[in-house]
Amino acid sequence: MLSVRGLTIRYGSDVALENVDLDVRRNEVFGIIGPAGSGKTSFLRTLNRMDEENSAMSVEGTILFNGRDIHQIRNVYNLRQRIGVVFPLPVGLPMTIYDNVALSPRLRGVKKKSKLDEIVERCLQRAALWDEVKDRLTALGSLLSGGQQQRLTIARALSQEPELLLLDEFSIAVDPVTTMRIEDVLRDLKDEMTIVMVTNLVQQARRLADRTAFFLNGDLVEVGETEELFTGEVKDQRTRDYVEGRFG
Amino acid sequence: MPADSGSIAKVDLDHRGRSWYVDKAVGGLVFVGGVSAIVFVMGIFVFISREGFGFVFGTLDIGEFLTSIEWRPTSENNPRYGALALIAGTAAVTGLAMLVAVPFSLGAAIFIAEFATGRTREGLKVLVELLAAIPSVVWGFIGLSIMSPLIIDTFDQPVGVGVLNSGVILGLMAAPIMTTIAEDALKAVPDSYREAAEAMGATRWQVVWQVVLPAGRNGLVAALLLGVGRGFGETMAVLMASGHAINIPTSPFDSVRALTATIAAELGDAPRGSEHYQALFTLGIFLFVITFLINLAADFAVRRGAPRG
Repeated sequence: MLSVRGLTIRYGSDVALENVDLDVRRNEVFGIIGPAGSGKTSFLRTLNRMDEENSAMSVEGTILFNGRDIHQIRNVYNLRQRIGVVFPLPVGLPMTIYDNVALSPRLRGVKKKSKLDEIVERCLQRAALWDEVKDRLTALGSLLSGGQQQRLTIARALSQEPELLLLDEFSIAVDPVTTMRIEDVLRDLKDEMTIVMVTNLVQQARRLADRTAFFLNGDLVEVGETEELFTGEVKDQRTRDYVEGRFG
Repeated sequence: MPADSGSIAKVDLDHRGRSWYVDKAVGGLVFVGGVSAIVFVMGIFVFISREGFGFVFGTLDIGEFLTSIEWRPTSENNPRYGALALIAGTAAVTGLAMLVAVPFSLGAAIFIAEFATGRTREGLKVLVELLAAIPSVVWGFIGLSIMSPLIIDTFDQPVGVGVLNSGVILGLMAAPIMTTIAEDALKAVPDSYREAAEAMGATRWQVVWQVVLPAGRNGLVAALLLGVGRGFGETMAVLMASGHAINIPTSPFDSVRALTATIAAELGDAPRGSEHYQALFTLGIFLFVITFLINLAADFAVRRGAPRG
């Protein structure tokens, strides 16, 4: 699904991530853990070429998405449409709830009202938000509570019908109950898409991820089956120290 | 908790320190600043009303004021105070000015805020601000000495001053300040909105059109309003470039006279307290009311345009 080779990310002369090789398999939840500043977010940003919007960021190495080198892809907008992104802080765009979810289909050129209605309902349902907002779809999306906005963001990502879903610390601004609901949603989504999830909460990675990578100070320290990382033999003592909360 | 009570007793809870007084003093000063805006607006309104109201409710026929084009305030036997032509002149010039200014300023603001980077961006911002600082008499001079011959030659017209000339001049004059306000409005849209839309595969233009412009709508309306206000209120450039002839314009080449220009040109010659003097103040009241209504309408539009929360 995703194959990263020799990936190095720099901000000016500062190295954010160095020489990373890893593979993400189809329909798995791939967790990325590591302390702040270890390059997790930078890594996610390169996967849909959002790095190009930041002129200070430079990227080396190859990333294959479904076997295609993403830097050779000529229509970056279509690439990004195949990849849904959920940012750490909820972003309810300042338009109605309905328009938030209908934005991506509209960008793709879906115009029929009935088709849009159906997409909006399905995505909100799957993001576990439909019941709370179905009577006020014309309310401003940016006025929802933090947890609701984050589920709205997920619904919006789902409306892209992505093959790959990138989540960047989605629970940072969300209460524990909502976090659990979103985690349930993600477990269901795994059947249809591949999920790469950056998280600060090692236990969240343990709950959700099939395999997990541990980033530290710009290095990929270790990648393996999640349960192995937590209970089995680890190759690197730093991994054990981190997952057991001895630093970070 | 006995251990804590000892330390709390040492804190003086009964004397207000310097910072308390500084806080109150600054609060008072800021309050005066805020209230002064209201005081000044009220003061101006009282002043122009005192000079003009007696005339408005006494001698003046309001119907005639609004519908007649005869403005003959200095006539010995039969002075007339019809402001329709002046109103039409101001409206025509302002309207054309907005047609010129809106596309220019919106385009410039979008380019500076969303597309330009680094030095291009900074350079453009400085240039636009410089442009906004050009005095209006200079614009009037440009209208008379450059635009006018240009219009005479290009369109084969007998005179070069009129609606077209003053509208274009006014539009160019209003565009820089509108650009600055509009650009501020676009910059105030959080980057997270742009990122969210970009991550969905929106092109730069889609991001601008679908997300940034709607999000910055209130600020953009404010920019437009400022432009309209500028057009209504501008005096010198319009006086110089409009031809100053009482006339309801039927073509862009017609000379017109603006409300503001009439006040500026005639007030010096009108004896204080005379009917003519009061009639000019009536024009002032009219300008004041129109500006107020435009602001009100825009306020309404901004509020109604926003989706229900």
